[in-house]
Amino acid sequence: MTRDRTPLLLGAIFVLIVAGGPLLPQWALFILTIAIAQGLVVLGLMLLLRAGLVSFGQALYYCVGAYTTVGLTRAFGVSEIFVRLAAGAAVAAVLAFVLGFLLAKYRGIFFGLLSLALSMILYGLIVKSEALGSTDGLNVAPATLLGARPGADSVRYAMAVIAALVGTGAAYAVHLYLGSPLGRLGPAIKDNEIRVEYMGASVRYTIHVKYVIAATLAGAGGALAATTVGHIDPEMGYWTTSGEFVFVTILAGTGSVLAPFLGALLFSAIHTIAYDVSPHTWQMSLGAALLLVIVFLPGGLWSLFARGKAG
Amino acid sequence: MNEIAPVLIDGIIYSAWLFIAAVGLTLIYGVMKILNVTHASFYALGAYAGASLTGAWLARGYPPVLSYAVLLGAAALVTLVLAPAMERGLLRFMYAKDEVVILLITYALFLILEDVIKLIWGVNPYYVAEPYALLGSFEAGGLTYPTYNLILVGLALVIGGGLTWMLRATRFGKLLLTVIHDPEMSRAMGVNVGRYYLVTFTFGSFLAALGGSFTAPTVSVVPGLGVDVIVLSFAVVVIGGMGSVTGAALGAAIVGLVRSISVHYVPQVELFVIYFVMAMVLAFRPRGLFSLAEPRRI
Repeated sequence: MTRDRTPLLLGAIFVLIVAGGPLLPQWALFILTIAIAQGLVVLGLMLLLRAGLVSFGQALYYCVGAYTTVGLTRAFGVSEIFVRLAAGAAVAAVLAFVLGFLLAKYRGIFFGLLSLALSMILYGLIVKSEALGSTDGLNVAPATLLGARPGADSVRYAMAVIAALVGTGAAYAVHLYLGSPLGRLGPAIKDNEIRVEYMGASVRYTIHVKYVIAATLAGAGGALAATTVGHIDPEMGYWTTSGEFVFVTILAGTGSVLAPFLGALLFSAIHTIAYDVSPHTWQMSLGAALLLVIVFLPGGLWSLFARGKAG
Repeated sequence: MNEIAPVLIDGIIYSAWLFIAAVGLTLIYGVMKILNVTHASFYALGAYAGASLTGAWLARGYPPVLSYAVLLGAAALVTLVLAPAMERGLLRFMYAKDEVVILLITYALFLILEDVIKLIWGVNPYYVAEPYALLGSFEAGGLTYPTYNLILVGLALVIGGGLTWMLRATRFGKLLLTVIHDPEMSRAMGVNVGRYYLVTFTFGSFLAALGGSFTAPTVSVVPGLGVDVIVLSFAVVVIGGMGSVTGAALGAAIVGLVRSISVHYVPQVELFVIYFVMAMVLAFRPRGLFSLAEPRRI
């Protein structure tokens, strides 16, 4: 039995970002922050994928988190970043708790299609609603950190540190959850649902819990992304955004809570570089990468590390 | 009365278009159990090929009446180039995998094809309005409609009727039903199941391309054209029941009418209602409205 090195790794990554952040250029900090925000969403999708479920509508909660941030700021003038994140996560969690009663009954492509339909409902509402900015979207007021507003030159760094704090914290929490009896039921459900029921566990309850956790993470990710970018639009809830999240989840694999963040970072890097080098073929590179991973690395990129360790 | 007629006519035209765009998806799902995202790519490819070939045809001064045949030929061309290669070269090795995994594989292919389209046709929009304007217009209920829309309705009827006839009355169709029912047993009885998969995939994709090429004259053909169509098609086949041709017709009719009613009376909810209906159907009849009435799908 080897010692669990994940907490140590998470701590090291956090320290690395805090210490190394000031050395990075502004654009790299921005990409890092967005990658962590998307990594949160993917972390949730990873939980579902471990139970064999693929949600093609996780952008719903990403979008809800983002719009909650703006709504909160406009209605109550809240600018505190941690309040925004908590509110985005909370609203997403409540919504997922309600919808979870319905979705927890579904498996396979029906789970995917229903989650897709639900996210498209939200998209349809936002696109046609003037109050929600329609297709133009809305601007996000700058955030404050514990009442203070960081200066223009340090705001990116501050956001990256906050993202790192939230990201590593969430990753650690999910890591603990995966070690718990409830968390371990995920792969068991994927293997054989009937046996799980015979063991005395409730499959529906387990999936419902996973779904709410996944939505909470996505809501926090959405709030984080909205504050970082400073602008939100309905594209955040469109099915192509959900597709990208699923893409990163498959690419990264389900081997570790670190995988989603590495996957998201890699995705952002591919996105940025490929877009720079040849703007018309970046989707092709993504598609080819996805295809190769599915065919040759069913466990995702993380399985490369895992295999190395075992051998 | 004057209020209802335009709503109905718009609804019927939109339903016809939806049916053409979505029926290939349900066919492929019914036979192969693949939820095929590349359907969107074939739709877009059909639209691009239709627009550029028809444009070239008209530029040479050939008779404009035959441009409809060119639209048809364009759809057949892109499908024959791509669909068999895709099925034989990649998809057939994946049939043992989970439905969701195959869905992701087609999603990957969709991403690749999106850029292939951009590489071939560039990112500038294409217009070919001639086939659309050629037939003039007709009046109904005090409003003017382009006659081209009647072609869409006719095409939808021909496709729907043809598929139903093929499945019920021909040897090929009957054998296809056995493949749908039990591929393994069919194989044991000497049916070449692989061939049926190949033909189904090619024909289903052809229907998508056909939908695209016949839509091309009514819109400007731009990148990302298929992206909206695929979710709409999902909604249509889910509402009707995946794998059922009759279901796809019913789904198209429901979505078409619901949309035209909302566009005429409450335009704010246009997109919302379509997916709301889809979610409601999934919530109460997950296998679609038409599934129980006809357990043997397609």
